[in-house]
Amino acid sequence: MSSLQSLDVVARSATTLPTPQIRTAAPHVAKLIDESKCIGCKACQVACMNWNDLRDDIGNNVGVYDNPSDLTPSSWTVMKFFEVEPTEGNLEWLIRKDGCMHCEDPGCLKACPSPGAIVKYANGIVDFVSENCIGCGYCVKGCPFDVPRISQKDNKAYKCTLCSDRVSVGLEPACVKTCPTGAISYGTKDDMVAYGNRRAEELKERGHQNAGLYNPEGVGGTHVMYVLKHADKPQLEDLPANPSVSPLVSLWKGTTKPLAVASMLGAMVLGFFHYMKVGPIEEKEKTEKEGA
Amino acid sequence: MTNSWTDIKNTDLVLIMGGNAAEAHPCGFKWVTEAMQQRKAKLIVVDPRFTRSAAVADYYAPIRVGTDIAFLAGVINYLLSKDRIHLDYVKLNTDATFLTKEGYAFEDGFFSGYNGERRSYDKSTWGYQTGKDGYVLTDDTLQNPLCVFQQMKKHYARYTPELVSRITGTPQDQFLKVCEMLAATSAPDKVMTICYALGWTQHTVGSQNIRTMAMIQLLLGNMGRPGGGVNALRGHANVQGITDMCAYSEVLSGYLSAPTDADDTRAKYLETRTGKPLRPNQMAFTQNFPKWHTSLMKAYYGNAATKDNQFAYDWLPKRDAAYDILAMFERMHQGKMNGFLCQGFNPLAAVPNKKKLSAGLAKLKFLVVMDPLETETSEFWKNYGPLNDVDPTKIATEVFRFPTSCFAEETGTFTNSSRVISWKEKAVDPPGLAKPDSEIIARLFVKLREMYAKDGGTLPEPIAALNWPYINASAPHPAELLREINGRALADVMSPPDPKNPAAPPTVLVKAGDQLPGFAMLRDDGSTSCGNWIYAGCWGPTGNLTARRDNSDPTGLGVFPNWGFAWPANRRILYNRASADANGKPWDPSRKYLAWNGSSWAGGADIPDIRPDAAPEQGVGAFIMNPEGVARLHAVGMAEGPFPEHYEPFETPVGVNLMCPTNAKAVSNPAARVYKGDLEAFGRKEEFPYAATTYRLTEHLHYWTKHSRSNAIVQPAPFVEIGVDLAKEKGIRQGDRVRVKSNRGEVVAACVVTKRMKALDVNGKKVHHVGIPIHWGFKGVTQNGYLANALTPFVGDANSQTPEFKAFLVNIEKA
Amino acid sequence: MARMLQRYSDSERMNHWFIALTFVLAGLSGLAFFHPAFFFFVNLFGGGSWARILHPLLGLLMVAGFALLFAKLWRDNLINAADHEWRKKMGEMLRGNKAAMPPVGKYNFGQKVTFWAMAISLAVLLVTGVMFWRPWFAPLFPIGLLRVAVLLHSIAAVVLILSTIMHVYAAIWVKGTLRAMTRGTVTEGWAQVNHPLWHEQVSKGN
Repeated sequence: MSSLQSLDVVARSATTLPTPQIRTAAPHVAKLIDESKCIGCKACQVACMNWNDLRDDIGNNVGVYDNPSDLTPSSWTVMKFFEVEPTEGNLEWLIRKDGCMHCEDPGCLKACPSPGAIVKYANGIVDFVSENCIGCGYCVKGCPFDVPRISQKDNKAYKCTLCSDRVSVGLEPACVKTCPTGAISYGTKDDMVAYGNRRAEELKERGHQNAGLYNPEGVGGTHVMYVLKHADKPQLEDLPANPSVSPLVSLWKGTTKPLAVASMLGAMVLGFFHYMKVGPIEEKEKTEKEGA
Repeated sequence: MTNSWTDIKNTDLVLIMGGNAAEAHPCGFKWVTEAMQQRKAKLIVVDPRFTRSAAVADYYAPIRVGTDIAFLAGVINYLLSKDRIHLDYVKLNTDATFLTKEGYAFEDGFFSGYNGERRSYDKSTWGYQTGKDGYVLTDDTLQNPLCVFQQMKKHYARYTPELVSRITGTPQDQFLKVCEMLAATSAPDKVMTICYALGWTQHTVGSQNIRTMAMIQLLLGNMGRPGGGVNALRGHANVQGITDMCAYSEVLSGYLSAPTDADDTRAKYLETRTGKPLRPNQMAFTQNFPKWHTSLMKAYYGNAATKDNQFAYDWLPKRDAAYDILAMFERMHQGKMNGFLCQGFNPLAAVPNKKKLSAGLAKLKFLVVMDPLETETSEFWKNYGPLNDVDPTKIATEVFRFPTSCFAEETGTFTNSSRVISWKEKAVDPPGLAKPDSEIIARLFVKLREMYAKDGGTLPEPIAALNWPYINASAPHPAELLREINGRALADVMSPPDPKNPAAPPTVLVKAGDQLPGFAMLRDDGSTSCGNWIYAGCWGPTGNLTARRDNSDPTGLGVFPNWGFAWPANRRILYNRASADANGKPWDPSRKYLAWNGSSWAGGADIPDIRPDAAPEQGVGAFIMNPEGVARLHAVGMAEGPFPEHYEPFETPVGVNLMCPTNAKAVSNPAARVYKGDLEAFGRKEEFPYAATTYRLTEHLHYWTKHSRSNAIVQPAPFVEIGVDLAKEKGIRQGDRVRVKSNRGEVVAACVVTKRMKALDVNGKKVHHVGIPIHWGFKGVTQNGYLANALTPFVGDANSQTPEFKAFLVNIEKA
Repeated sequence: MARMLQRYSDSERMNHWFIALTFVLAGLSGLAFFHPAFFFFVNLFGGGSWARILHPLLGLLMVAGFALLFAKLWRDNLINAADHEWRKKMGEMLRGNKAAMPPVGKYNFGQKVTFWAMAISLAVLLVTGVMFWRPWFAPLFPIGLLRVAVLLHSIAAVVLILSTIMHVYAAIWVKGTLRAMTRGTVTEGWAQVNHPLWHEQVSKGN
């Protein structure tokens, strides 16, 4: 997807230019996935593939309900099923719609080396601009949620766009539109946080004492949030408890970058001054002396 | 559904049992989540598997397949013994006070009147005692040991929690927890809804499964009330429409019981089907049967149906034997059928015991398959390796394939589970030579009529005289058909004489030629025609009401009265008179659905299901279709007994009916029909020790969507499910290929090993379940697979003959 | 004309320049991914995707080239006791006071350190680079490990580049060095000044 208006882009991968920051009135948007209402029907998966013209391979059954069994370049969202017993003997079947979390502080964008291949819009959506993607896979390393997938066909990275094309013309994302049980909602981030917290309270009243909103601070919050029955143990559903952009990635695309450039340029400058000060070492004197 | 999808939002408690609404009805399930969020309703799921419905439930209890009656009978015992019933409701709206006949008895698994040879009952000792006035005798104190209430209490006292748990495998504490949650809705201001589907119907005791639940709902006072009811969730977008319009040999359109060999005259036919009130002042609505039937005959034969020829009664086929799908294939298998027109149906995949079906199809001279897709049935003769191991050189059946349009390619209506008929326009033209089914049938008819006209034949009239008023005889327009179904006045319909002023001249209610506004206008003198009395009013004088799309809900009770048209009479909740007490006040003032305003029931949220001017003191019952005016706790109409009783599936992992352990003849339903050869094809627990069940997955619709790429992607390949314990015993790991065998066939598929299916403790022994989703076959874009019905037994419910797909025996091994 | 000493064979020289060339290409393409300021280098390779495709191949060629050279030279670059002496006087060297330096053989300590720095950083580059080489090997490794790999790859690349800057500067600084690689020969005077022990050795051999 590409942005319709460059003013919408508030962060752009691999750029040394400041991005426009003036459009502050654009409300942050968010998708809220209420796990307590999700029945794992995969309608969102089908809506996603239909809206985005994606058709994944017809795979096989590997012994689980998850199909495709993981995110792929052609499956930007998949339902993941977890049979867990948070307390002994109390089986729960947790079903989580997996896909891009649209971090406020996106690790993929930080890691991406290709200018403008990953952008963040003023409304908070993190989008891959595929024509700029060079297929290096750095976004995969940058992402704390293991979301981007790189196609074997065209060597480009793909993930959920939060239907940035629909959103930009005032529609809700396709998965939200299709969800039959109202498990997926969409609105401004503020509204969704408020609604999510309210749902968590309602779930606590129903006996899910640890219900809560998953909107991890470590990545500055996300524009896709979950209401979890066990917000104290997101690991139950393969979600990191305290996700953040890996310090290794921060080091790599943070501190290392200027240090390395400075050291390389510095070495050359140093050499230049050294030469000017000390001058070359020449063989002449001796040979001349000897020859004389 | 007695209620509607949108009404579920009014409930306090949802019970999902005999179905998996989240899985099979995800769109309708939104009303469950709505009730849970907005009304804080609770959701209980009782199922052999921890299903997707269970995933979002407040409480889940496991149960062994085929033991629902034992479970529910235990609930009845709990309610009665702990006095947790809505007594005022029960006295007002059920036959609890009615006295049963003296000769009625139940002993050792049999009700009185059993004939073991014919596997059926002489029902003369069942039913009520009547007085000299023809009315049923009652005991309002409920103390008479012969009253239905006491008989019921006695019958179900045997279902102790301990015994229920031993039969069902449901741990006692879990069973009692469910009982308690259900019992809480006996309070007048609490309502429970039950959503079931094929998990109850596809048993040899299917009809009684549902009846047991209906009894519970009556005892709790939940019928006819917003948020209540017994709600069958239908599996196809228009399967309700098919049932309503009749595709069965047993009934004509609108559930009019079809004539049999015994009904040799119209008078006799009508007499046995026309109801007479069994209690004073009851509406006994079936007393209008002659009007419905005569109008139907006028729709069939138009001017050719006259008083003189008994409205063409003689041209109707008289059923001489059973013609349900099992009977049909039995006949085919015996080589007694030449041809088979198979329309929108894939029996090779959808009927039990594939081996028998395939052998039957091979004995036909011709098979016509009308379907939008290339079905397995249409290629039953083709070898697909182990998936369909037949020898085409030995099959002489000539197969014709007529491509038909699919739902989006034709104009017409859907009738959904809520009984709402919705008109829709076609979205695209059908591809290639595909034609709407109605056009194919019409062309066939026109051709047949021509042939009869030309060549004559034995009794040509039923074809020659058929009313065929369509502009294009070869392609009736759906609008023409729906108008015909609704019915119209053939002559002026006059008002009946006013009892208060008998001398007043009658007025014209509907002018000749006009569409009828409802079934109240139907007449038995040939002055009206109506293709389906329950649909009358759907296309009345004001136009096509099924095309309405007004989604306003004035009362906020989920009624949506101007969205489409709900049969009957646009009524959204059946028996809704029961939502109010004896004085006509709503049981729950916060859900005021219908109330007596001193002169009328009208003006409420819905169309009253009672004569609008029937004052409460007249005691007109809410169950107007029953001659007794109340609902039946004791039902004579059932084949296997007036009270539901637990019988094991025909293939039982226990081998004994713990309700009558010494009676080997009452292990399974003693009134179910079993064909010769099928009895031998039943497997025994020694060889096939595991309880198996088949079911649908949310990603697919039956055998259709395996032809659709999107569906294939999200659920690509066949699998079976077993619990962790069984997997361990058998050395099967996640994703291994396994072979599942029954006494009739086998299926090889990937294995999903799951914690969601636990071994149950049944009568001191562990019973494991094997779950078998049905959706794969040898045609389509999914991975090919074995037809699940290679495994299932060829036996059906004693009343409806619905096959027992949900409970049989298998063995499993690593492939 | 001054007497010429053969310092490198033709094949060694070609090998060296092959490494130099692949180093420049791999370096430029690598830098492009490392810092946005250098991204424009991808244009030299036909754009981002081509740079991404070519970079690992160029890297492999460089490593292969270096491996040949390494096989020939590693013995000469083993650090010995004399090198410690040299290391202590490195300050003098930097001040241009060549005379203060102890006599060295074929390579002085600085050259040896550069050699090993290059060898080790190339080894790290090879191993880590293969790990996240898309689309071939990256899917085989967990993301956590890949993050370590990309970081080490970057650090090793910087070390390699810094070593090379030093290497190139030394060649410019010490006059007469360059021809060892352009022609294979050095003047006897150059040898006497910079590598007297080696001079002695090759002279004896004559």
